[in-house]
Amino acid sequence: MENIIEVHELTKQFGKFTAVNHISFAVRKGEIFGFLGANGAGKTTAMRMLCGLSHPTSGNGQVAGYDINRQPELIKKHIGYMSQKFSLYDDLTITENIRLFAGIYGMKSVEIKEKSTALLTKLEIEKHRNTLVGALPLGWKQKLAFSVAVFHRPKVVFLDEPTGGVDPATRRQFWEMIYEAAEEGITIFVTTHYMDEAEYCNRVSIMVDGEIKALDTPAQLKETYNAPSMDGVFRALAKTAKRGE
Amino acid sequence: MGTVTVENLKKSFGKVQAIAGISFETVAGEIFGIIGADGAGKSTLLQILVTLLTPSGGSGTILGYDIFKDYRKIRTLVGYMPERFSLYPDLTVEENLQFFTKLFNVRQSSEDLSLNTFARQLIPFKNRRAGKLSGGMKQKLALSCALVHNPQLLILDEPTRGVDPISRTEFWQKLISLRDSGKTIIVTTSYMDEANLCDRIAFCDQGRFLLTDSPQSIINKEKEPIYAIRGSNMFRLLQTVRQWERTKACYTFGDTLHLRIDKGYSTDELLHFLKNSGCPDVSIQAIKANIEDCFMQLVNNPEKAETTIN
Repeated sequence: MENIIEVHELTKQFGKFTAVNHISFAVRKGEIFGFLGANGAGKTTAMRMLCGLSHPTSGNGQVAGYDINRQPELIKKHIGYMSQKFSLYDDLTITENIRLFAGIYGMKSVEIKEKSTALLTKLEIEKHRNTLVGALPLGWKQKLAFSVAVFHRPKVVFLDEPTGGVDPATRRQFWEMIYEAAEEGITIFVTTHYMDEAEYCNRVSIMVDGEIKALDTPAQLKETYNAPSMDGVFRALAKTAKRGE
Repeated sequence: MGTVTVENLKKSFGKVQAIAGISFETVAGEIFGIIGADGAGKSTLLQILVTLLTPSGGSGTILGYDIFKDYRKIRTLVGYMPERFSLYPDLTVEENLQFFTKLFNVRQSSEDLSLNTFARQLIPFKNRRAGKLSGGMKQKLALSCALVHNPQLLILDEPTRGVDPISRTEFWQKLISLRDSGKTIIVTTSYMDEANLCDRIAFCDQGRFLLTDSPQSIINKEKEPIYAIRGSNMFRLLQTVRQWERTKACYTFGDTLHLRIDKGYSTDELLHFLKNSGCPDVSIQAIKANIEDCFMQLVNNPEKAETTIN
């Protein structure tokens, strides 16, 4: 099976502090990959390297077919990204946001126009196309942010805690969008602190103190750690952490 | 009199009615949780309670003081953690604590302070800038700062957002010990395991409280059977189950799907349907509803709550 992400011994040091310590793993095309870890375990730093935003201290790898060390700009162009903190511009309208991001990813005006209409219809927000994003309920914003992140049909989309602070019903609707995108062949790389969401992933890795301590399907992890749920698996691993937050 | 007593509270922003008449009372020493969908009015309500917003209508008292007239007094008595990180990112942990201590005119050394709060965990980081702390630690510091003046009432707006499960457990242990020492805590959360830890929860929808009760009573009132479904390819299974005409609601739940069906029908018929729809090897088991099932039911059918409104 084709790998969309492949890294070997990826490491990031800040002075004497090793934030990410020789991690090696692969993510397969079309899978939903959950990237878990406690606050401060090194998830964000690792993710920034994978997205071409931070240069590794050592190690190498490929994302969407491009080299992490040599082609970070090409990686940025060929992935999608969404985080809880930053996704859309509040003081631009829905249409303006779509146009801005699609333009950044180099899509043609005609294509943007066509696909925007289709997207707004699908999300049932045609009426609000000229509404400022800041005025939308959080649940809508998040669905729109995800749609914008995959608008240019990237091979892989990185979702950094996309559902933080979102109620259980809206989180489920969000995850149905993730499933749909995965069915269409987009690889999903997602971090979350909701352990029920970890169960929705095809495979899950758990980082502790900058290292990947476990990587498997949720079912296999539960068996290995003899835990009834992913919450139990997470706690068993995260409590072995030595470094503070 | 309750710690917080509000009567028919309303708040409009232009044409938008964010709070549409909320009345409730909290008693000393309880954790009162507010849950609800995004945009339900939870944060606006908390901002009124801490006097950052003036209500458009209604009345209320906080620790015996009037929310309209006595806002200055109320602000000195309440501990508040807003939804967004509220500390100074370029001050250190210790400086933030000192700042809030001075702000509230508290005579206490920072050592006493941290002993009162998350002592052991914060001390090693006292010289680190608050902006450089990880999510869990930031929230512990924010709570510590909200506690410097030993308030009897704590108002916390999604304090555990973005916090990992282990730090959340620690945070809630702290909340429970504060509750046990007699403090009243009003807290919003999107984690249903935290809702379960509250003494009472209010379910907020479109600026109203649809339901206020203890988690256990809410669960006990749930009479409709719920089923857990297991199988392979859960997304496909979910879509197929939803096509069955007797399915009232079906949603993901960890490694299972949860299902409600029309009265008088059995899951044997569903199994049959699934088999014919290309989903063999499915198991269905009747289970007891939990608080999240109740939440899902209320969100999708807010009118159902009217019968149990108090």
